[in-house]
Amino acid sequence: MTSLDLTTSSLRQLRESLDSKQISSVELAQFFVNRIKQFDPQLNSVITETADLALEQAEHADRRIANGDSSALLGIPILHKDIFCTKGVKTTCASKMLADFVSPYDATVVSALGNAGAITLGKTNMDEFAMGSSNETSYFGAVKNPWDLSRVPGGSSGGSASAVAAGLAPCATGTDTGGSIRQPAALCGITGLKPSYGRVSRYGMIAFASSMDQAGPMAKSAEDCASLMAAMAGHDPLDSTSARLAVPDYATEIQKPIAGLRIGIPEEIFDKQLSPEVGDTINAALRELESMGAVLVDVKLPSTPLGVSTYYVIAPAEASANLARYDGVRFGYRCEHPENLEDLYVRSRTEGFGEEVKRRILVGTFTLSAASYDQYFMKAQQVRRMIANEYDEVLADVDVIAGPSAPNTAFPLNDSSKSITDMYMEDVFTVGCNLAGLPAISVPAGLVDGLPVGMQLIGRAFDEATVLRIGHQFQMQTDWHTRTGGIEEFAS
Amino acid sequence: MKWEMVMGLEVHLQLATQSKIFSSSKTAFGAPPNEQTNPLDVALPGTLPVLNEAAVRQAIVFGLGVGATINKVSRFDRKNYFYPDLPKGYQISQFFAPIVSDGVFDIPLEDGSVFPVRILRAHLEEDAGKSVHDAIPNQTAVDLNRAGTPLLEVVTEPDFRTAEQVVAYLKALHGLVTYLGVSDGNMAEGSMRCDVNISLRPAGTSELGTRTELKNLNSFKFIERAIKVEAERQQDLLEDDKAVMQETRLFDPDLDETRSMRSKEVANDYRYFPDPDLLPVVIDDSVIDEIRGQLPELPAIKRERYQTKLGLSAYDASLLTQDRASADYFEASLEHHNNAKALANWMLGDLAAAMNRDAVSIGDVAVTPEQLALLVSRIDDGILSSKMAKTVFESLWQNEGDVDTIIEARGLKQVSDTGELEAMVDELIANSPEQVAQYRAAEPDKQKKLIGYFVGQAMKASKGQANPQVINEILRNKL
Repeated sequence: MTSLDLTTSSLRQLRESLDSKQISSVELAQFFVNRIKQFDPQLNSVITETADLALEQAEHADRRIANGDSSALLGIPILHKDIFCTKGVKTTCASKMLADFVSPYDATVVSALGNAGAITLGKTNMDEFAMGSSNETSYFGAVKNPWDLSRVPGGSSGGSASAVAAGLAPCATGTDTGGSIRQPAALCGITGLKPSYGRVSRYGMIAFASSMDQAGPMAKSAEDCASLMAAMAGHDPLDSTSARLAVPDYATEIQKPIAGLRIGIPEEIFDKQLSPEVGDTINAALRELESMGAVLVDVKLPSTPLGVSTYYVIAPAEASANLARYDGVRFGYRCEHPENLEDLYVRSRTEGFGEEVKRRILVGTFTLSAASYDQYFMKAQQVRRMIANEYDEVLADVDVIAGPSAPNTAFPLNDSSKSITDMYMEDVFTVGCNLAGLPAISVPAGLVDGLPVGMQLIGRAFDEATVLRIGHQFQMQTDWHTRTGGIEEFAS
Repeated sequence: MKWEMVMGLEVHLQLATQSKIFSSSKTAFGAPPNEQTNPLDVALPGTLPVLNEAAVRQAIVFGLGVGATINKVSRFDRKNYFYPDLPKGYQISQFFAPIVSDGVFDIPLEDGSVFPVRILRAHLEEDAGKSVHDAIPNQTAVDLNRAGTPLLEVVTEPDFRTAEQVVAYLKALHGLVTYLGVSDGNMAEGSMRCDVNISLRPAGTSELGTRTELKNLNSFKFIERAIKVEAERQQDLLEDDKAVMQETRLFDPDLDETRSMRSKEVANDYRYFPDPDLLPVVIDDSVIDEIRGQLPELPAIKRERYQTKLGLSAYDASLLTQDRASADYFEASLEHHNNAKALANWMLGDLAAAMNRDAVSIGDVAVTPEQLALLVSRIDDGILSSKMAKTVFESLWQNEGDVDTIIEARGLKQVSDTGELEAMVDELIANSPEQVAQYRAAEPDKQKKLIGYFVGQAMKASKGQANPQVINEILRNKL
């Protein structure tokens, strides 16, 4: 296999190459270790490389392969978003606060993928504490989009998206609180799945907004995401909110044709938020689905415009409590020479957190305060319920809801014309699923001016199988997901 | 003006679970600092709470014990504040929807009456750790062993008017929770901590005055004293037309005063909101029924039974049922000898005195219920006089063997053999002609008094071992 083959191979192809001994896991790991060393300086998608760990795990995987073990992920390299705790390896959450933090335990997602045989290549860059839609809030610097190095990869899982798009790893983990898997997947031209709330354990995943945080796979195709989900999904007794539900066999489910499936198109999405070119691209993709036998149905989600403001009340409120533990007392950043307890708290947190994180902590502290609780937090909870009910009603009639993953293609880095609220509007199409706890996938659906566009498919609660299936069947008929934009430039 | 004190209580009970409320760390008291902690207890990033079902069951047991409503759905909330001994920066508690609400707890008072206290709510929460100021010079250390220990906070309505009522409630509550086995109620180790909300109002009015919250009350003595001192302070303010500030005050037993800790209700906004890491606690009727079926006999019911079935006084019954260990001891001894009144007298008399004298609790006494029962039965059989029994008891207390061995070893057996005693009485009569004549000449009611001389002589002659009742009978016949 040529190196270009390795960067574009699906997980199934890599599995076949490993099983047929065309390549060893050690060689595969070494290949991606080298690629990260060579190309990541331009992308800044990886915070911590774990080459030694990867090679050690790969040797172990090769022994298992030699013994005839052909588990789906055995010997396959992966990058983990630096929000997942990894035993003995730095877990920074892209914050100065945790810049030197080493977790004494593995997140359930990390141990589940490790048990399935995946090889840890390193930890990816992200928006600080997953707060951002451009990956510009990272303490370790912005991540660049391999399709255009002057543009953002999206966020917060921008490092994972950029690295997979550039072929620095076959796949990665991400997390999605308001669109943090789907929007960067869309902007980098890869496939990303946000599972239903409760489908994947949150244990060991550093909390941002606990009622919406979900871990999910980011890869080159829906099929790859399905095989990662087989390892990631399932009940975890260490996470009380994890669902006690059986996990379907996604690999089988996605093979089913989509003829007859009903796809709802909310009229609210084609409004002024959406760039007309992105809208046209999505329409073309929808016509493709229709040609495959799916039935397109007009639906209404009238509360869609309320999603962003609802989200930006609830998420900061939860974050303000979740981030209270970073106080300089037990671990993480501590200011120099504190004068007293108050000074220790104030300076450790002032110096340890970045601007966006502090903004959200302040917003959340305000919306939970006795004087504004009813007006903001309570109201937002009520609207959240209303939005969830709307989705439930629509999904009683259709199998999935389709639309764009993001209103625009990748925008320029350091775009000073974009206000903070403009940035928050990046999440307009994605936050609804987080508020309602629904699964959604973003699949590459076309290009606008040479930049990728993602189509979002939202499913019923715990029906990841159907969105993966439509994504996979779509990818059997289209080649958008194989377009590599940046990779050629990185092909050395 | 005459003032009326109005008080409500918040009692934190440490639940008797093996592990913490949201983590698998142990809860035992006295472990070296931070040895009973895991990543969750120190609030490492990514850790998540998992509710300990044993704590929920114990809260249900308590709720049933005070006849309260067990709420089918309760929730956990976050109470946000920064403090070094609060690792997450918030405490998980039940603010909006507690597990237990609206109970009534009947408190027996010394005069035999019953004082009903309304329980507003009881909610589950986690304890904080401890700041240690003297372990490292010039620094404060944090010990998180206690962080996450399950607490049940029991909140009453403002039903108390006197310090005596408060103490009676706390004693009864201590008894109840030890009965139910939900807490060891150990005040010294902090398993039972009490805050008193106290305000004054003109007697005869119904509007509540501004309250203060008294903390640091770790003994019944301090509680009574703190209430008195704080009521006097408030009264002085009110009589000078000054306002009482709503605040938390600390009782300082050395200075015998209360002082302001912080005006927390005014200054602190705890920003309570539902904890998204925990699902609502949903309790099925079947679980409540199952737990109800396993409840032990409650103190109030025991008290009633001791009076009606065993014929004890209300006072004795309430003393014996004050804690489960005493009641268990009493009932165990009753199984060996069916004389409830005598056993109660011994427990509340000599046994209680010895326990007080040597500062031993009922659980640690050397005299087994069986031996106490045997001792009483030996009295009832006429083998021991009550005076001898006291000697035997003291030997039992000193762990010198069982009742019969002690009687044998000390030659304490009472002589009840009529043949032996008759011979002794004959000799006595023969040697006391004057007294005999006097007796025989006397009126029957005077005779009763005069016979005492002979009994005394007989006891003296037998070195105290004669059975006085038998002597009495023989004397009456012979004289």
